[in-house]
Amino acid sequence: MADQKALFEFLLRMGDNSLILGHRVSEWCGLSPVLEEDIALANTALDLIGQTQFWLGLAGEVEGKDRSADDLAFLRDAWDFRNVLLVELPNGDFGQTLMRQFLYDAWSSIMLGRLMTSSDARVAEIAAKASKEVAYHVERSGDTVVGLGDGTEESHKRMQAALDYLWPYVGEMFDGDDVDAAMVKAGIAPDPASLREEYDAFVGKFLNQATLTVPTDVFHHKGGRTGYMHTEHLGHLLTSMQWLQRAYPGATW
Amino acid sequence: MGQPSVDTIWDWLDQVPDPEIPVISLVDLGIIRDVRWEGDMLNVAVTPTYSGCPATSIINIDIETALRDRGIEKLTLTQQLSPPWTTDWLSEKGKAKLEEYGIAPPSPKGEPERCPNCGGHNLERTSQFGSTPCKALWRCRDCLEPFDYFKCI
Repeated sequence: MADQKALFEFLLRMGDNSLILGHRVSEWCGLSPVLEEDIALANTALDLIGQTQFWLGLAGEVEGKDRSADDLAFLRDAWDFRNVLLVELPNGDFGQTLMRQFLYDAWSSIMLGRLMTSSDARVAEIAAKASKEVAYHVERSGDTVVGLGDGTEESHKRMQAALDYLWPYVGEMFDGDDVDAAMVKAGIAPDPASLREEYDAFVGKFLNQATLTVPTDVFHHKGGRTGYMHTEHLGHLLTSMQWLQRAYPGATW
Repeated sequence: MGQPSVDTIWDWLDQVPDPEIPVISLVDLGIIRDVRWEGDMLNVAVTPTYSGCPATSIINIDIETALRDRGIEKLTLTQQLSPPWTTDWLSEKGKAKLEEYGIAPPSPKGEPERCPNCGGHNLERTSQFGSTPCKALWRCRDCLEPFDYFKCI
């Protein structure tokens, strides 16, 4: 049953990434610079939360303790979350939000493409569904990064600052551990490190067009996907996201 | 009453409107993937359009209500994710109704064929996203009217 445990961990990582990013992006609702961007961000958040229902729903099934996707989303505390640190970082300005979205979408689109041939049919199905939506997301986030990076002096400056701030969080998406090794062995998911070359080429092309400079420092933050240590930001996010179920356990409407 | 045929069930479902775009039916939308009897139990397989589409749960309630109203007692709805929904499954009837309603139907070239209001071809996209997950915002430079475009996925 060791593999089921690893599969559960893997599914939490997938589901928590989309849940936490989905929640972060939803924080823009009603606050975006223009109406079209507000709608775009809300739609992106909606897709991510929808994908979360599939990933965490399957995680609950695999775990076999009768926990639903909602239970996993609303009743775990920070140390049980398995998202990468990148997605829990604060939104910052609009440019930083879109840069984070692009850096994540690029990884997600490559990852989901690989998962479509997973040996686990349930994983492959979710990946096939999500990958269509993510292809649409990355088209927009990529275009916006280019538009703002190669835009005005002010927008360029902000996008470079966003990239400098976020880049040290990119490396975690390619870290591997025992869970990943078990997934590779079972043919369920690829070795995260094997995505890096394609990622760098894809992201590099856009950032180059955006006239932005990729930081050369190879140091990266980690601790999110293993649950070893999240940033302080996750707890604040959870207090808002989980408030209703914590204050009124089991509330439905 | 004997067991209604599968074709009859499909006809009934073709009368259930999409909750967000009521001019087309759930069958037009292409989200009903299978209808079958298993003994005296009717099973309807439904696929979501977009993962997070809030209409999904309403759609399930509408299907259940429509079939129960017609005397179906034993009913299960299953969610079918694979193959993922594509706008290729929209019926021709559904596409025509969308256009008549003012929503440009999905087109293989990835953008609207013409303005649903005046038929003009001088179009521009104002947003990749729209009022529901399945739509994007466009504008016609001929009649100057904004319109929804049913995104192609």
